[in-house]
Amino acid sequence: MLDLTPKEVSERKALRINPLKTCQPVGAIYAALGVHNCMPHSHGSQGCCSFHRMFLTRHFKEPAIAASSSFTEGASVFGGGSNLKTAIKNIFEIYNPDIIAVHTTCLSETIGDDLVTYITDAKIPEGKIVVHTNTPSYVGSHVTGYSNMIVGLINYLSQNTGEKNGKLALFPGFVNPGDMREMKKIMTLMGVEYTMLPDTSGVMDAPMTGTYNMYPKGGTKVDDIKDLGNCELSIGLGEITSIAPAEFLEKKCKVPFQSLPLPIGVELTDQFVMSLNHFSKNEVPYALEEERGQLVDILLDSHQYTQNKKVAIYGDPDTVLGLAAFALEMGMIPKYLTTGTPGKDFEANAQALFEKFGVEDCVAKSNVDLFLLQQWIKNDGVDLLIGGTHGKFLAKAEDIPFVRAGFPILDRYVHSYLPLVGYKGGMRLAEMILSALMDRQDRDCEDEDMEMIM
Amino acid sequence: MRNEKDILPERAQSIRFSECSGDGSGIKCEAESVSGSISQRACVYCGARVVLNPITDAFHIVHGPIGCSSYTWDIRGSLSSGDEIYRNSYSTDLRERDVIFGGEKKLIAAIDEVMAMHAPKLIFIYATCIVGVIGDDIVAVCNAAEEKYGIRVIPVKSPGFSGTKKTGYKAACNAIMSLIRPATLPVKKTIGVNILGDFNLAGEMWIIKEYLRRIGVKPIANITGDSTCEDLKKAPTAQLNLVQCAGSMTYLAKQMEEEFDIPFIKVSFFGVTDTSDSLMRIAYAIGGEEIISKTKAFIEEEKNRVIPLLNRYKKNLEGKKAAIYVGGGFKAISLIRQFEEFGIKTVMVGTQTGSKEDYALIQSLVGEDTIILDDANPAELESFMLEMGADILVGGVKERPLAYKLGVAFCDHNHERKRPLAGYQGSLNFASEINLSMNSPVWETIAIGGK
Repeated sequence: MLDLTPKEVSERKALRINPLKTCQPVGAIYAALGVHNCMPHSHGSQGCCSFHRMFLTRHFKEPAIAASSSFTEGASVFGGGSNLKTAIKNIFEIYNPDIIAVHTTCLSETIGDDLVTYITDAKIPEGKIVVHTNTPSYVGSHVTGYSNMIVGLINYLSQNTGEKNGKLALFPGFVNPGDMREMKKIMTLMGVEYTMLPDTSGVMDAPMTGTYNMYPKGGTKVDDIKDLGNCELSIGLGEITSIAPAEFLEKKCKVPFQSLPLPIGVELTDQFVMSLNHFSKNEVPYALEEERGQLVDILLDSHQYTQNKKVAIYGDPDTVLGLAAFALEMGMIPKYLTTGTPGKDFEANAQALFEKFGVEDCVAKSNVDLFLLQQWIKNDGVDLLIGGTHGKFLAKAEDIPFVRAGFPILDRYVHSYLPLVGYKGGMRLAEMILSALMDRQDRDCEDEDMEMIM
Repeated sequence: MRNEKDILPERAQSIRFSECSGDGSGIKCEAESVSGSISQRACVYCGARVVLNPITDAFHIVHGPIGCSSYTWDIRGSLSSGDEIYRNSYSTDLRERDVIFGGEKKLIAAIDEVMAMHAPKLIFIYATCIVGVIGDDIVAVCNAAEEKYGIRVIPVKSPGFSGTKKTGYKAACNAIMSLIRPATLPVKKTIGVNILGDFNLAGEMWIIKEYLRRIGVKPIANITGDSTCEDLKKAPTAQLNLVQCAGSMTYLAKQMEEEFDIPFIKVSFFGVTDTSDSLMRIAYAIGGEEIISKTKAFIEEEKNRVIPLLNRYKKNLEGKKAAIYVGGGFKAISLIRQFEEFGIKTVMVGTQTGSKEDYALIQSLVGEDTIILDDANPAELESFMLEMGADILVGGVKERPLAYKLGVAFCDHNHERKRPLAGYQGSLNFASEINLSMNSPVWETIAIGGK
């Protein structure tokens, strides 16, 4: 299917082919879904909201709610103020959330809608809340939109009352509910009291109960978001995704912060655990030590199958960097690291990783697409491909073993329930990577070389 | 009105109980969505894109920020027997700079870059929401590109806010007309038909073409499932247009009737009854003893093959209740008939873009207490499915998890269908799918835990 990608790389300045990103609003909706009793609201055309809900539903296999201002010709000429006013009234009357989290779109940004004024002027029922963030689709990517919505929530809600609450504020990065559950498990094991924002576990992986709850049990409570301003410390996991909310909370509420990579693999999980240890002063419990020991044991047992294997990883910047660090721990060479999200930090962080592990001839590039990655692979191949669903066509065209990890995964089930982060996530990733490589070995080897025991 | 608490006052006119009025005139449809509603609808751009996307050898360049392009990348699972160009995603990925200084230069460069790498015959340029607002003249860019490269570069003006999905269908139809309108009209018609409004999901176009071959009717152009630029250009020579997805294609059929003098008939290949009726109507429309007798024989043969198989499902299905929420009216109508064939009663039926005529016909087909709704939102769907005790919902991607959460079976009759649901074979597949979903062992497992 991707057979028409030419091997020769020609410079492209205008054309994006097979993108490795999507637009800000979908990230904003995902973040807002991680707030309890929250209705995400898209201030723009009908289609945006519909596409975002479709996209999230395809990834999580769950209902993804969001309302829309449903812009018309009139709204795009005279501004969307009255649409938003009507929307706020309708949403509280019928869907009755505690909070509406509004984000903008390319359209409402371009016509210059002033959300602050609209919201100030809107009739908001007693005890109900409306917040907003600006998410122009022509800036950043879905990852940026996710960060921006978290900043928006803090901006409207978090207060430093002068009374510390003894808690840790955790920004989990753009990850699945399964990852958020793992982070919470680790924090609980470390005896850390925390507020995590957002928390999509229990929302986008809600259990089947026979009834449909528009607002499932999960999600960060509004009161906890208010209280974020009284936290002792915040940790932003995913240096690119979570730096904005962590910095903003420090600026607004004087909560000091620490920025860490997504805890994928041994060392990066160690870093997270040690930060929690510094925070809580609690010893690392045996349960965690045991998991770590198991992961290391697995890597040792299996290293002959991963050593020096070349891997291409694509997706969201922090996820790719975390996966690359773990690939290096497995003795693999992360030959190509790519993300569609713009920003130079990705490349700098990747270079630091290459240098640390002393690997050569590896390339990391942000603001690129899958088309370019395929061209690179055509010119100098890899043994393994890791990323979201869209890479399956590339994997098939170039006949490369493929592991699905990251966002979006539209063609498989269960992935969002289980972690990539933490020692447990490392075990899961190791299993997926080893199975892909070893299945390929079984598939390709001569009959006489087929091994019963590997 | 029941379920009053779940219904926005503005929405009340879009929901009807069948008994209210007999002619469909009572329902409010073909209107903008209500602000604040969680509509299941998409936009103008989406409408245009889903119609044109199945043209397999076209480059579809989306002029706008990345989202519009990434969400519609390979959106509908239309299959191709040849080219795969349409399954890639091309966009100008407009950035802040472009929004401030205008995006025309970037669009021109994007076309140049496509031309440098490939030899396209046809490029569609889609204008999304902000393109009109920032004032890019995509028509001028397209004209200049046509002149420069001597290929078709067709603008599709589809800002999301400029109407409903149906407006987008029209934009797509206009683009198709622009492509197929010949310099001089063919004097003599070819004996054959165009198929309008099948998008070759799961290979359904191939089923329809096979049926036409079996009854001795030559298919000329597929519009647009599994089509190519060259095939489409042959469309004006056909003697008859078959219109399947009436919601998107009636507009095109009317234009082709006016300009090319091609009459059209509406057909549906969903369900044994509709498939047989449609084939007979095609045969009579083309005329000729041979075709008519061939068609009768073919229908007989297929009915004899599939009805006994369908009857085996009947005992599992009879007496169940179905809810339908689909894009267009015509599909809803076919589904009601198809359910009836199994002894399943349709208790709720709705569409995103149905017209007044569609709703009038729907009303004549369903029972008095059946709920009919236009442009519904999840809260309404939930409320009515539960109230009416639906056993299965037929819908699209956004409806699936909703149904499952309610413990209601589901069948995707939209972009995500994985088996063809058209024709006689499709009826069997449909029976098998709804049977599997309604009678899956998973319901037993759930029942043990709760309910």
